[in-house]
Amino acid sequence: MSAASTAPATATAAPGRRPYGFTELPSLMGLMTGDEKHGPAATSTLDVLWVLYDRVLRVGPETADAPDRDRFLLSKGHGPMAYYAVLAAKGFLPVEVLPSFGGYDSPLGHHPDRLLLPGVEIASGSLGHGLPLAVGTALGLRAQGLTEPSVWVLVGDAEFDEGSNHEALAYAGAAGLDRLHTVVIDNSSATHGWSGGIAARFATEGWSTATVDGRDHEALHAAFTAPHPGRPHAVVARVEPKNA
Amino acid sequence: MDTMRERFAAVTTDLLDRDPRLAVVLADIGVDGFRQAADRHPDRVINVGIREQLLIGAAGGLALTGLRPIAHTFASFLVERPWEQIKLDLVHQDVGAVLVSAAGSYDWPAGGRTHMAPGDVALLDTLPGWTVHVPGHPDEAETLLRHAAADGDSRVYLRLSAHRNAAARPVEPGRLLPVRTGARGTVVAVGPMLDAVLEATEGLDTTVLYAATVRPFDAAGLRAAVGDRPDVVLVEPYLAGTSGAAAHDALADLPHRVLGLGVPREEHRHYGSVPEHLAAYGLDAAGLRARIAEFLR
Repeated sequence: MSAASTAPATATAAPGRRPYGFTELPSLMGLMTGDEKHGPAATSTLDVLWVLYDRVLRVGPETADAPDRDRFLLSKGHGPMAYYAVLAAKGFLPVEVLPSFGGYDSPLGHHPDRLLLPGVEIASGSLGHGLPLAVGTALGLRAQGLTEPSVWVLVGDAEFDEGSNHEALAYAGAAGLDRLHTVVIDNSSATHGWSGGIAARFATEGWSTATVDGRDHEALHAAFTAPHPGRPHAVVARVEPKNA
Repeated sequence: MDTMRERFAAVTTDLLDRDPRLAVVLADIGVDGFRQAADRHPDRVINVGIREQLLIGAAGGLALTGLRPIAHTFASFLVERPWEQIKLDLVHQDVGAVLVSAAGSYDWPAGGRTHMAPGDVALLDTLPGWTVHVPGHPDEAETLLRHAAADGDSRVYLRLSAHRNAAARPVEPGRLLPVRTGARGTVVAVGPMLDAVLEATEGLDTTVLYAATVRPFDAAGLRAAVGDRPDVVLVEPYLAGTSGAAAHDALADLPHRVLGLGVPREEHRHYGSVPEHLAAYGLDAAGLRARIAEFLR
């Protein structure tokens, strides 16, 4: 427990720091303790987050507020250690903040808060909110003539149980929101699963889909960058089962 | 004379032409009124279908990109069904929106309980920072809508109703309007309740204040009106007592009494008409007079 004597620390990147690589993410995650219950949820997203931030998303600490930046919305806001580690590795927040994880004055909660962290697009934690917010974000960018930015949202396979996600994916497919991208981390954690696979649900609603090994960086990159004219794009990233 | 909802569609259509920041989000209800606007602004008039969680979630996303969303459907589906979306996709994200409801408490009694949401304002009271407008006439609805659309990134709830007063009042957002002055207590009539309150208090020597905005509550206006007789009756077209805490706060340093009249918690399992329901709730002029006269004796 930290003392409640000062204002929350602001997370700003230190200039001139050497870049971190993928192999250093586990040690960055190791700086955060206190959310072991969410450990499997955290590590399931690690490779996807790294490939997105390292090779796909057109956003960095210096463009975190730029109108034409790509948006990444972490809907699956529980177990955010991998997310924080990647944000720290990419300079959105100082590595020194990581050990404060979960503390009163820390900007790093067990669920992220967009008002406390630069580069965090949405405050999340309750399941099923990110994809509808991403739909609205894609609509808002289009209405302002910002046709270049991509909108990415990450959901979990159990989060995909939430009805709000199905409202959003059905609408996005019908509306042809081709700047919208969803990554579903599938670690087989949904109680009843999805018959025919998760990608089939998206495909039925008119999305472009790909299902890949969620630990294979080249496969992820290929899936993330596959063309999908006129349609939103869903990538199902399969990782080891949560309870394996 | 048009209805509040018809005025809402006409005025919003005009506002969309003038303000590129505005966007309308619908969930199949009210779409007909926006056909012309949708033709002119296909990217800023969005119908998500019968998907109310998405209605509010998409409004949150639009606001995250800097637009000012106006979301509209019946109160049951705008406030109650996607309640967590209002809490998280708007308030917790710290973005603004204008939520415009219709058919709040008793507008369609023949439709039954599924289309009644008398708890909508009380629910919004559990969250910080909402402005709540309850107009009693289409002209007032227009004034408050134009104000809400231009009100920065604030979070505004505009509660439209088929129930209305005969004449519009010169409402100012956030201000109680003195309508009648008397010495034996104060009656605050909210939105469409004003005509019945004026009839009910005829000859009772009471002050009558009119509220077309209930949040933030005009504490200074109430305080100035009560004088040395801080006995207050609230007459609201939604859950009885919804503004009780606000009135108590306004008079916290005075010995005072507050009576909250409005729609009861109990379900009235009857269909019928608006006048029949108002009478059943004791919100017609005769019912109000009996309770107000007893309280302010």
